[in-house]
Amino acid sequence: MSDQPVAADLVVRASGVDKTFVGDGDAVTTALLGIDLDIARGEFVSLIGPSGCGKSTLLRVIGDLTPPSAGNVTVNGKPARQARRDHDYGIVFQAPVLFDWRTVEDNVRLPLELLGQGKREREARANEMLALVELRDFARHHPYQLSGGMQQRVAIARALALEPSLLLMDEPFGALDEMTRERMNSEVLQIWRKTGTTVIFVTHSIPEAVFLSTRVVVMSARPGRVTDIVEIDLPQPRDDETREEPRYFELITEVREALRAGERRT
Amino acid sequence: MRRSPRPSSIDDPTPHGRVRRVITFVGFFLALLLLWEGAKFVGGDPWRYFGATWRPPLDFSFATDLNLPHVWDVIGAMVRPVQRGTEESLGVFLFGASAYTLREAAIGFAAGGVLGIALAAAFVHSHLLERAFVPYVIASQTVPIVALAPMVVFAFGQDVASVVIIATYLTFFPVTIAMIRGLRSPDPRALELMRSYAASRWSIFWKLRLPASLPYLFTALKISATASIVGAIIGEGPGGIPDGLGRAIINFNQQYVSGPEKLWAAVVASALLGIVFFLLIRLGELLTLRGRRQMVVA
Amino acid sequence: MTSAAPSLGVPRPAPVGPPRRIHIGRALVDYAPAAVAFVMIVAVWELAASALQSRPYVMPPPSAIVAALVDNWSSGRWPLFASALHTIFEALGGLVIGTAVGLVVAFAVSRWASARDAVLPVAVAANAIPIIAIAPIINNWFGVLEPQSKMMMAALLVFFPVMINVTRGLTDVAPASIELMRSYAASDIDILRKLRLPNALPFFLTALKLGTTLSLIGAIVGEYFGGSSEVIGRVVVQSASALRFDVTWAAILLAAAAGIVFYLAIAVIERAMIPWHPSVRGENSG
Repeated sequence: MSDQPVAADLVVRASGVDKTFVGDGDAVTTALLGIDLDIARGEFVSLIGPSGCGKSTLLRVIGDLTPPSAGNVTVNGKPARQARRDHDYGIVFQAPVLFDWRTVEDNVRLPLELLGQGKREREARANEMLALVELRDFARHHPYQLSGGMQQRVAIARALALEPSLLLMDEPFGALDEMTRERMNSEVLQIWRKTGTTVIFVTHSIPEAVFLSTRVVVMSARPGRVTDIVEIDLPQPRDDETREEPRYFELITEVREALRAGERRT
Repeated sequence: MRRSPRPSSIDDPTPHGRVRRVITFVGFFLALLLLWEGAKFVGGDPWRYFGATWRPPLDFSFATDLNLPHVWDVIGAMVRPVQRGTEESLGVFLFGASAYTLREAAIGFAAGGVLGIALAAAFVHSHLLERAFVPYVIASQTVPIVALAPMVVFAFGQDVASVVIIATYLTFFPVTIAMIRGLRSPDPRALELMRSYAASRWSIFWKLRLPASLPYLFTALKISATASIVGAIIGEGPGGIPDGLGRAIINFNQQYVSGPEKLWAAVVASALLGIVFFLLIRLGELLTLRGRRQMVVA
Repeated sequence: MTSAAPSLGVPRPAPVGPPRRIHIGRALVDYAPAAVAFVMIVAVWELAASALQSRPYVMPPPSAIVAALVDNWSSGRWPLFASALHTIFEALGGLVIGTAVGLVVAFAVSRWASARDAVLPVAVAANAIPIIAIAPIINNWFGVLEPQSKMMMAALLVFFPVMINVTRGLTDVAPASIELMRSYAASDIDILRKLRLPNALPFFLTALKLGTTLSLIGAIVGEYFGGSSEVIGRVVVQSASALRFDVTWAAILLAAAAGIVFYLAIAVIERAMIPWHPSVRGENSG
């Protein structure tokens, strides 16, 4: 990791991040241990590892949704807390977390309202975002009228509404079937190319991580730490044909072996 | 945004939580007593104790000795005879009356519970029955039962049976509504699993629907416990049942001017009875649902 | 929903368009069983009441009840219309007072987690008390002949479900939603306005539905323990003791009708305000 980009181009810098939870009876769980991770502007980085390896926790630490026990995280050169206050990132959870009482477009407008943007501006921006995820025809629907994949696309539109420089995605397609998931993957890549935003993507699917990412960060459990980083050199733009290239399968094997190696080491 | 069942802090099962809850209850109780006597101290009738007199500076009409007797006067009335010429103290009398009313309520509660479960089972298995009768089950609750009570008594006679029927009427509704939801609560996949075993409707009911509905049932039973006591108290008036709390409340209300403490004591007895019955059901719930994940049924 | 499907072809949702259209045929099928049941109940009652001569008065046939309703509408010893109006006035007054106080307490209590943990169990326990036993005391406090005493009784019954439900609605918010709001660095006020309040609305409307019935019960219970003569509770007690059961039933019918109208009014409001909620969509019962 010596040839990392210079600090100015960094979107995320995590150094020496530990996270411990104190459970019942003072049992201490070490979710993260000594995480160092730099992510440059425009990267698409996947965090992959067995359940319990702290990949979601790391994402939340970067988003300042949970504080680290030690170490520190900067986003766009600022402390993570300041970055959250400045709306530097958008987040997509595993569940869509749409508000039942709002229509699709009102859900997308939520962050714009919170920022105090004008009504006309909000409408224009929400329309733009819905066009990006190709849901304009469903703007006036309520979430319950949409399929799971469509709900998740609304969540993505909402996360992108503020044009964040960083998009955090926490197993966003984990609940979807394989076919839908592959379509969503292609769509996320399109959005990534169009917006140029940096993406951190938590997943436990090896093919998904390889298809999407420029780099795959391999983690191991108990304690959660980074055991390997695999550069994904598949050419851009990627599409369904990418999934049939030999290099794609090689990289899948490489990530799989890295995961196994990480497991053995602990 | 599906909400997963979470243990609520109210039912915090840890010993720490339990201790805190008891302290809270005692605290609230003491605060209530303090408020009670405080109001009398600030705006009630003069206090005359041990030869000294305290004249409250203000004058609240609700805090006079007639409208709000002293706490200790209510307690004192408990140990004095119910009426002149009898041995039995008010406390003993109210205890007997409470037991009598509890018995009526319990019979009505059991009957209403069985009726409620039976109706729900029928509605869950037949959409036709459900669409035909559920609107009237709901409408039945908008009929103020207190208005209906005298009619029930005239129809069934001045008898304990009438009181039980009124208690049943108030009990069955929460059970029916909750059990319709409860019996439908099993995961569709669990129902498919049962069908894959070629299980009959009967065994699906006993092995899947009913166990799945128990948390809903107990939520309803806790509401019904109070409702059945309300029904018994209301029914005793026109029912002419002389031995229960309802009659005691009516009688002491008529003697209010000569002894307001008696009515207050009867009200306190009703409150205690309601809480005791509620706690009994709660205990049953804890024993029955032992080991299950706690869930909050809205 | 006839516009082109999104090009990426994600599975289309169930065909539930936003403009709800009422299908007459569908409505007929939905309501027919209930209507048939109604006709059957009335017919059986009418026949049974005429056939069973042993107690001809206790369960008068529906036709006699309707006749009593018409005859006593505005005149005679029991003017039903005026009595019903008085009782409804008491119930509505109690509903307003009980709801207002319940809302204030719920907001105060849900503001602080420790206050909620302290108050909610006490409120649940208080709910286990047969509150109607207090009716005579409330009558004594606020004047047995005054409508205020019935209003306070109704308010007391309404208070608990409103307070408990709204507190739950304000605090039982999905943790993920809170996390989402935090990711936007939303203030507490924003979280209250945009998340907790909308979340509490269905809880509040459920409590109101319960409250409408309870307010009528509270008012009538208050009357039952004494009150001015032109109210439903007194009409029921007095006409029954005068063995005029047709009048008694007519009064009960009026009270029930008032309860149903109250309830339906809230249901209509619910449909308009929270069309997205499972209780309105009928998912929970289905």
